[in-house]
Amino acid sequence: MPVNSEKQGASYSLPRPYEVSREAIAEFALATGAKSDYHFDTEAATALGYKDVVAPTTFPVIIAQKSEAAYISDPESGIDFSKVVHGSEQFTITRPIVAGDSLDATTHVDGVRAAGNNAMITTRTEITDPAEQPVVTVTSTIVVRGDGE
Amino acid sequence: MSLTDFSQLNIGDTVVETEIELSRASLVDYAGASGDHNPIHWSERFATEVGLDGVIAHGMLSMAVVVAPIVEWLGDPGAIVDYRTRFSAPVLVPDAESGTPATPTAVLSLTATIGAIDGAVGTARIDVTVKSGEKDVLSRTQIRVTR
Repeated sequence: MPVNSEKQGASYSLPRPYEVSREAIAEFALATGAKSDYHFDTEAATALGYKDVVAPTTFPVIIAQKSEAAYISDPESGIDFSKVVHGSEQFTITRPIVAGDSLDATTHVDGVRAAGNNAMITTRTEITDPAEQPVVTVTSTIVVRGDGE
Repeated sequence: MSLTDFSQLNIGDTVVETEIELSRASLVDYAGASGDHNPIHWSERFATEVGLDGVIAHGMLSMAVVVAPIVEWLGDPGAIVDYRTRFSAPVLVPDAESGTPATPTAVLSLTATIGAIDGAVGTARIDVTVKSGEKDVLSRTQIRVTR
């Protein structure tokens, strides 16, 4: 198995926080069919009790995938990105992300195991605010297809 | 916080049933918005070289477009505390044969039903099936919501 199982337990963090903008929220909402006005209009969001426009449910994947990329592109991970298939995804949400958030992210490599000719990898990315309070946890499994198929 | 009153719901109730069209333009828009520029989502040549039948939608695009109408029904994006799925089959999104590349070439059919309700703590579980044609493209899709 070319995928390095010794990376189980390793962690990778974003080099600097992800700064959430209104524009990024609006662009993601437009691309994903999220039409509600609280994604675009600050007044609509504050009317619901949020301090600024609210990100769609899966917006945290932007931040998680930036953080996961540090692991996947690490030469020591042994992962050939062209052989990666997404297996599953889970968002555990403490609070919605809003514009103006400055978010840190750390990806933990929770599991690297062989599944036949393939490798199955589970990562858990903890997205936190500047006070280190949890915002969203993103758990992802990927399958790295083995050679010889 | 949710505007939906779970006490009016019963297990098995269908709360959202809709179809979502995808085009090659949808994939390019999602690549830009999400930062996921994997060429299997826009290059036919690359996709077939790595063993796919053609360009496929980002699994995360399917996951995003499925939850959007459910959030709209809930009335508050803060109602969702957990959202999970498995990607069980790829969604092929061919280039449109003519006209604009925004012409839909794939359709997701989603049905969201109430799977569980805990009235005492004010939570509910919504189970979602997502098909493209006859095939389940997402599986074990669950959304946990709270009031």
